[in-house]
Amino acid sequence: MNVPAEPAVVPNGQAPTLAFAGVGKTFADGTVALSDVDLTVAPGEFVTIVGPSGCGKSTLLRIASGLTRLSGGSMRVNSGKVGYVFQDATLLPWRTVQGNVELLSELHKLPRADRRRRADEAIKLVGLSEFAGHRPRALSGGMRMRVSLARSLTLDPELFLFDEPFGALDELSRERLNDELQQLFVSQRFAALFVTHSVTEAVYLSTRVVVMSGRPGRIRADFEVPFDYPRLPQLRFEDRFSQIAGRVSRCLRGTDV
Amino acid sequence: MSVEVQPASPDQQLPAAPPSQLSRRRGRSNWLGFVVPPFLVFLAFLGLWYFVSYGLLTADRRFLVPPPHAVVQVAFLDTVNLAELLDALWLSTKVAMVGLGIAIVLGTALAILMSQARWIERSIWPYAVVLQCVPILAIVPVIGFWFEFGFRSRVIVCVIIALFPMIANTLFGLQSVDAGHHDLFTLHGASRLTRLRKLQFPAALPAVFVGLRTSAGLAVIGAIVGDFFFKQGEPGVGILIDLYRARLQTEQMFGALILASLLGVVAFWIFGYLSRLVVGGWHESAGGAASG
Repeated sequence: MNVPAEPAVVPNGQAPTLAFAGVGKTFADGTVALSDVDLTVAPGEFVTIVGPSGCGKSTLLRIASGLTRLSGGSMRVNSGKVGYVFQDATLLPWRTVQGNVELLSELHKLPRADRRRRADEAIKLVGLSEFAGHRPRALSGGMRMRVSLARSLTLDPELFLFDEPFGALDELSRERLNDELQQLFVSQRFAALFVTHSVTEAVYLSTRVVVMSGRPGRIRADFEVPFDYPRLPQLRFEDRFSQIAGRVSRCLRGTDV
Repeated sequence: MSVEVQPASPDQQLPAAPPSQLSRRRGRSNWLGFVVPPFLVFLAFLGLWYFVSYGLLTADRRFLVPPPHAVVQVAFLDTVNLAELLDALWLSTKVAMVGLGIAIVLGTALAILMSQARWIERSIWPYAVVLQCVPILAIVPVIGFWFEFGFRSRVIVCVIIALFPMIANTLFGLQSVDAGHHDLFTLHGASRLTRLRKLQFPAALPAVFVGLRTSAGLAVIGAIVGDFFFKQGEPGVGILIDLYRARLQTEQMFGALILASLLGVVAFWIFGYLSRLVVGGWHESAGGAASG
């Protein structure tokens, strides 16, 4: 069953899950991280931001999550729970995989049976059921990232924020996790805002790729990625993929000013 | 010689054997290698002792370093002497335990308080440092003056000596949580108490145990030193040491020294063991490293 990629503008006028309007951010030391950013993520859209280092991509995510406050403009979030996946898996080393995955439900004070059930389901979804009793130190980087993903899934978020989650992993693990994330996206159909340096990863995962300029960050371009889901690994080597990836790359290089 | 290695399935990581198991396995198979070297060193140490006693000292000055068998005979095999030593040891142990207990509770409470705000930390810190630096000899007369010379005063001296590492190490542990983990808790609306209970305190445990080990050792020293300086009240090990010194009963003095050292070693060992038990499963510091 092929799931079509969602268009950028949802015809039935559903409210966007996440909307930035003229968002700016200036830090206390005077650095202007973001300037006049307009960006919308509709329900079920997977939007990736690529941009040079220091262009404010992470800042935008932090603003979306509430960790950082914006200095100007406005932001709207229409989502029950928001999932946030950091570049570091940020697992608690003294807890087992099970304990780590249950953490967020604990913080949200859900009853024990409920926590258990959600955690078990999430761990199964990321394929780590055999390792539920292990501590993080016994896991590889890729496995830890899957635990982090499972943890976020326990809250059934409608919006997912990803801050270069696979950046610290090797090529193979990265590609494998891309596929797993894609499967999760297809089955859970959350809205996602994903930040990465990798153009290939961006085009492979997303329904839209947004290019951000260097500091102060603003949106340079917005590319549709019209491929159906689920996308196969071979897609990366097809012409239609390279065309879009090429355009994104060129736009990205052009912003290195 | 060629070796064939079967690759593990790329995604599967063989779960690491808990390092304590590794060292246990190693220990069982080279039990001899484990026990013999320290034993040989011990024999060498005894040999050195005998040498100093008989080789370096003339008979009339041998009392300065009584030979090991004399120490054992007079201090440990004589029931009256042994009873005196053990009573004093028990008293000093009680002082050290109570002193350590108070130091743990007080030190942890202060550290938690100081971790809540920089201004609190800055306000209390100077007093903690003073605690660390003040010479005990100077405090003891004052404490004796205020609290007399019984059990209570000894415990107070003990607490003063053992408190600082508990404060410093616990505070350090509480503050070393990285920003990413704090962000995670902030994102999900954790209260201050929740953050302390579920994040900061567990994260601080390795540092807390380092502090515990240090404070335990200091508590033993504090119990004996306090005793020594007070010179009055029921005799703990400190008073006995001084008494034997004054009477030139050096065999018993050495006996007291040995027992006092053993007390320190036991304290050190207990907290090392507790540390491995609590933190060993997830932190490298507490003997979690498979370095045998």
